[in-house]
Amino acid sequence: MNVLFILITLSSIVAGGFLIAFIWAVKTGQFDDGHTPAVRILFEDTKVSDTDSNNEEELTENK
Amino acid sequence: MAKEQLKCIHCGEDCGKYPVIWEDKPFCCNGCKTVYQIVNQNKLYTYYELEKTPGVRLDNPEFGDKFAYLDQEEIKNKLLEFKDGDFSKVTFFVPTIHCSSCIWLLENLNTLNSGISYSSVNFVKKEVSVTFKESKISLRQVVELMASVHYTPVISLEDLDKKKPKKTNRQLLFKLGVAGFSFGNIMMLSLPDYLAGASGVDPALQRFLSFLILILAVPVLVYSANDYLLSAYKNLKVKIVNTDMPISLGILALFGQSAFEILTNTGTGYFDSFAGFIFFLLIGKWYQGKTYEALSFDRDYKSYFPIAIAKVDGDKESIIQIRDLEKGDRILVRHNELIPVDSELVKGVARIDYSFVTGESNPVSKLIGDPIYAGGKQVGAAIELKVNKSVDQSNLTKLWNQSESGDINAKTLNTIVDRVSKWFTYVVIVLALGTAAFWFFIEPLRAISIFTAVLIVACPCALALSIPFTYGNSMRIFGKNGFYIKQTQVIENLSKIDSIVFDKTGTITESNAVKVVFEGEIELSEEETSLIKSVARQSTHPLSTALYNHFTNIETHYVRDFDEVPSSGVEGKIGDFVIKLGSKAYVCGNNLTQDFLQSQVFVGINGTCRGYFRLENKYRAGLSDLIDELGKRYELHLLSGDNEGEKERLLPLFKKANRLHFNQKPEDKLAYIQKLREDNKNVLMIGDGLNDAGALNSAQIGITIADDIYNFSPACDGILEARKFKFLASYLKMAHGSINTVKASFGISILYNTIGLGFAVQGLLTPIVAAILMPISSVTVVLFVSAITASLGLKYFSNLVEK
Repeated sequence: MNVLFILITLSSIVAGGFLIAFIWAVKTGQFDDGHTPAVRILFEDTKVSDTDSNNEEELTENK
Repeated sequence: MAKEQLKCIHCGEDCGKYPVIWEDKPFCCNGCKTVYQIVNQNKLYTYYELEKTPGVRLDNPEFGDKFAYLDQEEIKNKLLEFKDGDFSKVTFFVPTIHCSSCIWLLENLNTLNSGISYSSVNFVKKEVSVTFKESKISLRQVVELMASVHYTPVISLEDLDKKKPKKTNRQLLFKLGVAGFSFGNIMMLSLPDYLAGASGVDPALQRFLSFLILILAVPVLVYSANDYLLSAYKNLKVKIVNTDMPISLGILALFGQSAFEILTNTGTGYFDSFAGFIFFLLIGKWYQGKTYEALSFDRDYKSYFPIAIAKVDGDKESIIQIRDLEKGDRILVRHNELIPVDSELVKGVARIDYSFVTGESNPVSKLIGDPIYAGGKQVGAAIELKVNKSVDQSNLTKLWNQSESGDINAKTLNTIVDRVSKWFTYVVIVLALGTAAFWFFIEPLRAISIFTAVLIVACPCALALSIPFTYGNSMRIFGKNGFYIKQTQVIENLSKIDSIVFDKTGTITESNAVKVVFEGEIELSEEETSLIKSVARQSTHPLSTALYNHFTNIETHYVRDFDEVPSSGVEGKIGDFVIKLGSKAYVCGNNLTQDFLQSQVFVGINGTCRGYFRLENKYRAGLSDLIDELGKRYELHLLSGDNEGEKERLLPLFKKANRLHFNQKPEDKLAYIQKLREDNKNVLMIGDGLNDAGALNSAQIGITIADDIYNFSPACDGILEARKFKFLASYLKMAHGSINTVKASFGISILYNTIGLGFAVQGLLTPIVAAILMPISSVTVVLFVSAITASLGLKYFSNLVEK
């Protein structure tokens, strides 16, 4: 039975850790904007400028 | 002759007859083409792939020296959020953000300029934060870069006052987090007690668990619930009983009884119900408190004034902060710039658009020496003005102050929940005392615990939840349908309205549309129309512009020998035709006195007087149906700043002549509303311009009509999208429906309370009964009101969905 006292204490400490994590998340503004991150995650990661050939760029700039 | 309509690749607007073509792609204007070029040169193709036609059209994309003031050290330091060595961070409000392409482009600003190291968008607030290296790019260049892709930041005088970031919402989240944490853990730790049955839990373990629960419950009482307790205490001091009173009584009774039981080792307490109750309450509060962050309902003139303006000193031109302007200074106001102070015209042709102030968007012409009041926008070439008053003393600023003084008579109507709470509190206290007295004679030892049990069970959990969820839900339904309210209380106030006062210009009339009717013996042929359009095009006079805009899809010709006679008319030659447009005397050579009530443009072709165009304000679509419908239930009034020219047209709509008032100055409007209120009317004022600000503020509810809801609007309780104006009656019905839902949910709540009280007065309320009864009653009430409001929303709004 005694082991329960230790386990419950431990579990409460772990739960407290999650509470602190939540408070940290609110403090760093992670709950301030509920929309943009949801959109942002769908963007492609590819850097825009690297892969394309230079010719194409000149063509675009000519006009 | 209708050709297939081309849509601009950038902004999606109709390109008209002469699209700008670049790389085989159609554009409506050069501005849009330029943005497309910038975006493509930098290989930001994704911008046009994420969304079709994501762009923003600017009618006047040239910004010239407009942002030169951002080079001034003083202004710069006030705008920058922080500066660390080379890195600076700034946040702009960009109202044109509207889609995922916008987010994408603005977050890739670093591709456009390597000086920008990071930019991030907050879509909900329509804000962009930019971190940049000042050695590579200046603040001004950052703003100009954004303006060059048509995401022009709005920087106003208000930004100079150091912003106080809103933290209130975060406070609520912390409280919610703590309450949720404690609620969950207390529930778990209470479980052994629920399940142990008759034999009970091992006493040592039970005491350990109970103390742990007590420790978890303390922060809920002192932190999460402190708003309710403090509010009840404050109200008690001034002898007012509001909703927080019965809630606080319940909270304190729950906590006190439970703590007592645990400390004296006589029971396990009701901390599970206690924490759950506060958790649900806070969820309700959070749900209700979600507001429209990008909209601003409490703006003053500061949010709409620019920061700086060009000052002329001899032939030198410098940028000066508006606050530093002094009487006698000369300022230069360019096209589309705002006139910040009361002044006098010194040089140039002034056409002032006072739509912000009056709602009337047709520019007013001014002559040299005329006084020009702050708040107008110059249309056309730059003008030079002499400052007459400093910013703080301008007429416009006074309008604000006046509207604030009108705010003194409290706007709040006695709320339904406060009335119910008052009654409820007294009943509960009487009942609790009565029960305690009864038990005192039968079993004195139990009297106190049964007294608290009555207080506990009577705690108006469901009552406190029904309002946040009903109003919160209705507010969202309103928002989805183009009506944005400041706070949920507005819904209740809307349901109590008995009189509606309309402003005319810009409210019941469309601010940009003019109805043009031709009156003449012979109708004009298409060729003649095109001649008239061509001549009208040459002039910037408001009537000419209106005529020009009226004839769409008609070609224009080259005009020779164009001449404009001020306050008379214009003349021009096309081929063999001589076209004259203007006043009757000018065009037809007839010296009859003019009818000034309506705007008329006479047309002369080759010396023959052909008739005239009558220009009328166009009423918003569906106005007459709306007025008819509203007229059945409400007393309707109309206040107009204009002359009586339209009385004949409006009388059939509003029926009663004594409720139509013309030539009303802002003060008259304010006084009229105040008089209505003195007659004990509950007034809804619907207006749009700054001249309604006082009236909007003194009415119980002030609603502003706006074509673009992110644009400036005077302080008000709600902003209604202009194209949704015709649905006003539906919003009012919905408000009524919401109130009835609340009343019905009170019924349910009281039913539960009666059942609970039944247990309590008999001394049968055990922790487990409380733990079951309270969540059930809360959940049913929340489900009930959500379902009813959703169905009301469908009933009133499903047929309104356009396109």
